[in-house]
Amino acid sequence: MKKKKTYIQESIIQVILALFASISILTTVGIVFSLMFESVIFFNEVSIIEFFTTIRWAPVFDPPSFGVLPLISGTLLIAVLSSMVSLPLGLGSAIYLSEFASSKARKLIKPILELLAGVPSIVYGYFALTFITPLLRTFLPQTEIFNALSASIAVGIMTLPMVASLSEDAMMAVPNSIRQGAYALGSTQLEVSTHVIVPAAFSGIASSFVLAISRAIGETMIVAIAAGQTPSMALNPLGSIQTMTGFMVNMALGDIQQGSIEFKTVFVVGMVLFVITLIMNLIAKKIIARNREVYA
Amino acid sequence: MTIKIKVENLNFYYGSFQALQNINIDIHENRITALIGPSGCGKSTFIKTIDRMYDLIEDTKADGTIAFEGINILDESTDVVELRKRIGMVFQKPNPFPKSISENVLYAVKRHGDQDKKDFPSIIENSLRKASLWDEVKHKLNQSAFSLSGGQQQRLCIARTLATKPDIILMDEPTSALDPIATSKIEELLQELKKEYTVIIVTHSMQQAARISDYTAFFLNGELIEFGETKEMFTAPRDKRTEDYITGRYG
Repeated sequence: MKKKKTYIQESIIQVILALFASISILTTVGIVFSLMFESVIFFNEVSIIEFFTTIRWAPVFDPPSFGVLPLISGTLLIAVLSSMVSLPLGLGSAIYLSEFASSKARKLIKPILELLAGVPSIVYGYFALTFITPLLRTFLPQTEIFNALSASIAVGIMTLPMVASLSEDAMMAVPNSIRQGAYALGSTQLEVSTHVIVPAAFSGIASSFVLAISRAIGETMIVAIAAGQTPSMALNPLGSIQTMTGFMVNMALGDIQQGSIEFKTVFVVGMVLFVITLIMNLIAKKIIARNREVYA
Repeated sequence: MTIKIKVENLNFYYGSFQALQNINIDIHENRITALIGPSGCGKSTFIKTIDRMYDLIEDTKADGTIAFEGINILDESTDVVELRKRIGMVFQKPNPFPKSISENVLYAVKRHGDQDKKDFPSIIENSLRKASLWDEVKHKLNQSAFSLSGGQQQRLCIARTLATKPDIILMDEPTSALDPIATSKIEELLQELKKEYTVIIVTHSMQQAARISDYTAFFLNGELIEFGETKEMFTAPRDKRTEDYITGRYG
């Protein structure tokens, strides 16, 4: 029985692979731990009630105030407005690619669309500032130089390919036999798309939506460049705002002292951001689990 | 005997490959016509021409005449959406929609929008009864169609087709994915259906054709070799090739 040797090799490799896998877990745990650690210290100095209920965010002012709601509302404004671009356009593109386009057109369009996803977000940021904003200002003169709408449109364009590509994958995964069944009953192409294919692919489409919204919430560069630096509860798309990520970038660029209370705000805002994204992912998982159809 | 569909000089092409050659056949009303022949003989292609399902396949072409109620089905000007309401189709593998049982039956009714909403319950019941599925599913109409067995799913697909009130039902090997018991249920059902509908069924099984059909058409290599009353064809085939096929010498 000479075989023992391979078993030992197997278990060595197993251990190494498990080590690789654990690196990502450990990193996550480490990040969460450091966020929590700094947050706890922060909340020793600033009341958690003040943090979540007051509406003025000015941590570096004197006297400082720590109401995080303006940052959350800025982030949500970007998420909502960008979704109004990415979700309908992305789903529309997916329906076109999956149900209407000839295979030739699909082969041409899909790679181009996916190219959009590869554009660095800094490029979108300057695109928003130097192209979208001036365009908005010709139609809506009251638009500020830095404004939520311009950044949202850019974030929407950036996340559109992800919605289109993932939704299209989900729709292409619906078996052709179901499509044929619908056509054979006298359905038009549009009816087949909207009443059969989209509902059948719903879990995949919904998860692409949630992912796009998550990306929009976490998007940093575009909002830092184009959306402004004014924490605001006004929910005015044409005005300057600040998002959680935008604030964190700002703090990283400024000269704040390590260990100071201003420094800790970065961690506590990061913690809020992390929790929101985590909740979004959990929602996505729920939706997928509830609506998944298994096709034989 | 009324002729429901008259096919004359039908040719069909996948790209440059000619899959049907000069087909002439009369389909009789309220009768079951079985199409038999070895794989690739053109029998499935033939029923795809009747409801223009070949439109969904790129690079296909048909010429000739399929006369149905004064129109040529193959004409560019034929409204295929209307046509497919009148000519239903049941496929080889059951393909219910990922929706509830009642939504499956109502799908086409709702899309066509020509029925009153308060008639929906009776449409569901009648369609399912005609497909002899009602008694098995009446307690669980809101459950997913995927919870049914294969044979039940196939009868649901038949019910879904009946709900559009078609004249003609095309069936492409509807029992090939089913077990013998489910198959015999569908065969019994066909005898009921032919009282109201004209049925064209593609089948791999000669025994099935002999059991259920009034007329049989034998296809070989894209040609219609023989067409006639089933009794005659199975007892006294006119063509040597038909005889070879039905006696099991090939196919």
